[in-house]
Order: sequence, then C-alpha cells, then structure tokens
Amino acid sequence: MRIPILKLHDYLLVSIQVELDDQSAMEFQEDLLKKIHNSGATGVVIDLTSVEVIDSFIAKVLGDVVSMADLMGAKVVFTGVQPAVSMTLIELGIYLKEVPTALDLEQGLIKLRQELEEK
Amino acid sequence: MNETLSSVPIRKEWDIVGARQTGRNWAKDLGFGSVDQARIATAISELARNIYLYAKVGEINFERLDSVPSIGLKITARDQGPGIKEVSKVMKDGYSTSGGLGAGLPGVKRLMDEFDIESTDAGTVVTVIKWTRI
Repeated sequence: MRIPILKLHDYLLVSIQVELDDQSAMEFQEDLLKKIHNSGATGVVIDLTSVEVIDSFIAKVLGDVVSMADLMGAKVVFTGVQPAVSMTLIELGIYLKEVPTALDLEQGLIKLRQELEEK
Repeated sequence: MNETLSSVPIRKEWDIVGARQTGRNWAKDLGFGSVDQARIATAISELARNIYLYAKVGEINFERLDSVPSIGLKITARDQGPGIKEVSKVMKDGYSTSGGLGAGLPGVKRLMDEFDIESTDAGTVVTVIKWTRI
C-alpha cells in the first residue's frame, strides 16, 4: 500500500497510518524523494502519530530519508512520535540524533519555517 | 505452567509484520501496558528480521507463563540457518554484519526481561520473556 504524500504550498505533508513493513518503508522513501524532486518542495513534515512500532530497520529508513532529502535541498521534520515508540527506540539503542522532530504537526510546520529561514 | 499460544512461520518479509502484530495482540490479551506492548512488538520485529535475513526461514513461537504474581509472555525465535559463529560479538552494541544500525540482539535484550541464545551450525534459538508488572 502506498503512503499518500500531500502538497501544501512549498511543503509536503505525510501522515503514516499503515503498519510499515520493510518494503513499504523503502517504497515510501523513494516516493517521497521523487515527489520532492517533482514538486520543488523545500520542507517535509512526516507525522508518526499513528505509528505504534518503529524497529531498527524502519528507523534506519526514516533516518536515511532525512539525509537524502537534505542532499536534495529539502528539510524533513518528524512529528507525533508516540511515548512508547520513543522509549522503545532509545532502549533498543537507536538515538536518531540528526533527525529534526516536533511534538505535533503544528509545531512541525513552525520548526520547518524556522529551519528554512535560517538557511 | 506453560501454555503454547501460537506459532508464526517466517518465510517472507511480510511475516515480520505478521509476527509482531500477533505478539502485540498476545501482549494486550495478557494484560501488558502500551509501552510493554511496543517493547515486545519491536523485539519480535528484530528477531523475525534476523531469521528472514540470515536463515531465510524459521518460526516465532508464543507461550504464556503462569507464575505468581506475574504472567509472562515467552517468545522463541527458531531457525535452521547457518548459526552465529561468535555469539559474544553479536551481543555487543554496534556490531552488525548486514550494514544495519547494529541495534539487533543487545537491543532486544534490553527491551525484554529475560534473554537466552543458543546457536550452533544447525541453527539458532533465541528465547526472550517479558513479565507483566505487578
């Protein structure tokens, strides 16, 4: 199942509401980079409110997408990471320090605007 | 007292998701809270992926352990793959042969209450247990 990517002005908005398997995570990575390329978006918010499990593989795919988008000139912010997901990732030993995050979609858009203005 | 709950074969990539969903449902049924459910589901995901990546096929088995005052969920990941040559190495943080994040088994051990691994050239069995909090 493809994850919908919505365009709002210069931003792309994604809400992941499906159980991510390795394949769909990889497809999403590719889809998002193509969409950034085609739309000329400068910022992306990926909302993870509905995601209940992030294991090491999915974390790597999501972390990589930040670096990949960055290479293309777009900033990615993750929002809505669940308390249980956050605790599990740290205990698992995955810190994702380079990944910009915000509490919710609203904060995510504010953070994105700030980051883009700093450039 | 042990009671076998179910067994999930790991043959294709999607089975990783199937196994962790099954595990999460058992965890919920047994009365684990949402954080423990996430820990259990994530641990299963790591174990199932190891099977899929290194042994191709295997199975994840779920058992209920009735003890006083806690209930345990015992998860056994079993495969007939080539086995792990140096178990002590893979139990170190950051070690990875697959180019992943290397969270793997040490991470699984931290997420669960009990952890055991036996690996020979005839296969690997990883057993983990999580107890409900009193």
